[in-house]
Amino acid sequence: MEQANLTQPAGPAPGAPTPDLPVRSGGRAVSVGGVLRKNGPGEAPGTQNSIFDVSGLKVFYGSFQAVAETTMQIREHEITALIGPSGCGKTTVLRCFNRMNDLIESARVEGTIRYHGVDIYGDQVDPVEVRRRIGMVFQKPNPFPKSIYDNIAFGPRIAGFKGNMDDLVEESLTRAALWDEVRDKLKESAYALSGGQQQRLCIARAIATSPDVLLMDEPCSSLDPIATLRIEELMIELKRDYSIIIVTHNMQQAARVSDRTAFFTVDVKETGMRTGRLVEFDTTDVIFTRPHQKQTEDYITGRFG
Amino acid sequence: MTTEAPTIDLTGSRPRLRRERRVRRLFLGAAVTSILISLLIVGSLAGEAWSFISKVDLSSLWDLGWFPRRDMFDIKTVVTGTLLISLIAMVVATPLGLGAAIYLSEYARPRARRWLKPILEVLAGVPSVVLGYFALTWISPNIVMRLNPHAGVFSMAAAGIGVGILVTPLVASVSEDAMRAVPHALREASYGLGAKKATTVTRVVFPAAASGIMASLILGLSRAIGETMVVAMAAGAVGGSLFELNVFEPGQTMTAAMTALAIGSDQVAGSNNAFQSLFFVGLLLFLMTLTLNLISDRFVRKVREKY
Repeated sequence: MEQANLTQPAGPAPGAPTPDLPVRSGGRAVSVGGVLRKNGPGEAPGTQNSIFDVSGLKVFYGSFQAVAETTMQIREHEITALIGPSGCGKTTVLRCFNRMNDLIESARVEGTIRYHGVDIYGDQVDPVEVRRRIGMVFQKPNPFPKSIYDNIAFGPRIAGFKGNMDDLVEESLTRAALWDEVRDKLKESAYALSGGQQQRLCIARAIATSPDVLLMDEPCSSLDPIATLRIEELMIELKRDYSIIIVTHNMQQAARVSDRTAFFTVDVKETGMRTGRLVEFDTTDVIFTRPHQKQTEDYITGRFG
Repeated sequence: MTTEAPTIDLTGSRPRLRRERRVRRLFLGAAVTSILISLLIVGSLAGEAWSFISKVDLSSLWDLGWFPRRDMFDIKTVVTGTLLISLIAMVVATPLGLGAAIYLSEYARPRARRWLKPILEVLAGVPSVVLGYFALTWISPNIVMRLNPHAGVFSMAAAGIGVGILVTPLVASVSEDAMRAVPHALREASYGLGAKKATTVTRVVFPAAASGIMASLILGLSRAIGETMVVAMAAGAVGGSLFELNVFEPGQTMTAAMTALAIGSDQVAGSNNAFQSLFFVGLLLFLMTLTLNLISDRFVRKVREKY
């Protein structure tokens, strides 16, 4: 198994993945047309390689436990959906995968998340290195108040990208299915774009740094159905090259795009403390058609009527 | 079917309506009064300034120095003095103020912030007389005279550094507000792309807050230009000054010139035009700070539009 090097680099370590950002092959944008072929029952289409091994993960905010012990395995080249009611900790779990919770003063994480075998919460790990490999798209589109071009170029520039930036910008925008709409206004402010375009810009910005994994936190929650459809098509297109983990409130969306689904719920103690817990994690097919847990079934059917 | 007389009365009681009109007039009066006072000030300034200009020999406005009792009203002396001292002040206040703002907004833990912010605000509340003494008795011997052994006790450098310290809290506070107004989502976007803290601060937060930071600097500059006590005490030229570009020499600012005339510390009998020159300089000063304030207002509004 490939060992990822996430320690603070004092120059290129031998045997480590090169920190420069090669343009990935197979970068043509292919419209999938929103049609998703489901695999046979109980089978997921990804490789058998796991990209994240989560074990005994617990998250605390101060003395309050936000997520109960979670163990799961995320596979390469799949879309993994995290679903569940509000407050169930799915976003918190997502933000553990690239150590975004480090930005919250009181947050504390226990357990391990092995990324290609390396615990990203290990002592030697620099969160900056983690985030360069694991990109993130946020709930609300958050482009920088810069030009469209500079938004895309930001990540590569800070990572010391030496290649042709114009090509990289075009390639990233093309892959995010935005190039045709913005090719003539690359120097204009990203704020001039519509919400859906801004979110695709954020996706393009995330893939411009050639990450290995894309984390998406309810990426469509502020978008209209047409923009949502485009992003969903994009996700399915992108999973050939990336592994994607998505948090979504929209169960149809989880059913449409994901290969595996993790269902979280929230346990409320008498003290009023609300702790999220992973109930069931299986292929999307199983979760949505014949879940093993009663709680999962109640949630799924409740929503679908 | 006949239309029935309306059964409910919605016209409202007359005394109540009258009361509301009275309250409205009261507040309108307060607003109008403050505007009138401002207009009155500008009007009296302009009137006296005009009568000064029409009486005085125009060539005396470009002379060897500022000696109002001898009919030497050299504008470039006081304007240069003001600008030199303000420049020194901004050289001190910009790095200190912005550094403090960046630390408070981006690096300080909430606990540290809770302590540091009020201390900064206390500094903003130090009376300028106190800072004037500080400039004279500490900055002058300990900083200025070490930089240049030939410098006297009174110098534009000492006054400039003193004004800089005075202006630092203002710059820090306004630019910190601007940086904290930058949405957290932008910082997350930056970290999410693998940016370090320093990169996030310099490439994302700072540019996003640029117009607010500009506004803080312009406000600071306008405060420095208008500052009176520190320069009157530490810059040294009490009654007048020759045109001077060396900041280690005493110099005359517009405000100090006005103070000297107003309190009569120059104590020299002489030309009657001297008194009215005060208004002329005052008008000039007013126009300078007004322009700066208008510019900073533009910048601040730009920030508000963005988020």
